[in-house]
Amino acid sequence: MEVNYEKEKKTLNIEITEEIDHHYADKLRRKIDNEITRYMPRKTIFDFNRVSFMDSAGIGMIIGRYKMMKLIGGDLEIKNANESVNKILEMSGIKKIIKIA
Amino acid sequence: MKSVYDNEMKLEFLSKSNNEAFARITVAAFASQLDPTIEELADIKTAVSEAVTNAIIHGYEDAEGIVKVTARIFANTIEVEISDTGKGIENIDLARKPLYTTKANLERSGMGFTIMESFMDEVQIESVLGLGTKIKMKKMIKKIPLNEEMQELARQYRRQIS
Repeated sequence: MEVNYEKEKKTLNIEITEEIDHHYADKLRRKIDNEITRYMPRKTIFDFNRVSFMDSAGIGMIIGRYKMMKLIGGDLEIKNANESVNKILEMSGIKKIIKIA
Repeated sequence: MKSVYDNEMKLEFLSKSNNEAFARITVAAFASQLDPTIEELADIKTAVSEAVTNAIIHGYEDAEGIVKVTARIFANTIEVEISDTGKGIENIDLARKPLYTTKANLERSGMGFTIMESFMDEVQIESVLGLGTKIKMKKMIKKIPLNEEMQELARQYRRQIS
């Protein structure tokens, strides 16, 4: 996971670099929550460019972070999801509540 | 004794979450002999990942146990069986329901069975309380049919190399 915070835009960019399954989602969630509480961003963007695999554990992780961002009055966005990840996002209905660029 | 299947493999591992990737990658490697598309391979990987995760977090509830995976190939179909000897599913119909989860506190989405059912052609669930759960899934790998011209090219090619 690679983190970059844009101070003037209050945007937290998180590039996820591993396959998101139940095993990794547990670690990812702790790391991301740390970053969010540290920066209290207005917006968090997940970059999925390097995510080659995601299962339903990813959906739970994303929804959890979305709720957290809403709680602090911010927003969550997802970008660069590949075809197979997109298929899971589509099925879960996440696209109705989270902006996918 | 000769197997009725064209090919078969068996895998057994401890119910540790870092084996989820090991299981799906191994099954995908085995399935690749059917020459699946990238999408078909991703579907199989995802379905296996869901079933193995279920065995680990629901079947054994993070206690240690053995997860068994058997994959078989027959013609252009792959069959994957994932079983545990954990606690079993109380209500299979409920477990199959989209968004139903007994582990919302762990941020589980309740999409596991829904994903297995939509990514595979057939999903059977057998479960006995206190004895364990077995998931049997099948997927047909669709071959692209060759037209006349392509068949002729393939024949020429085979003549050339033989």
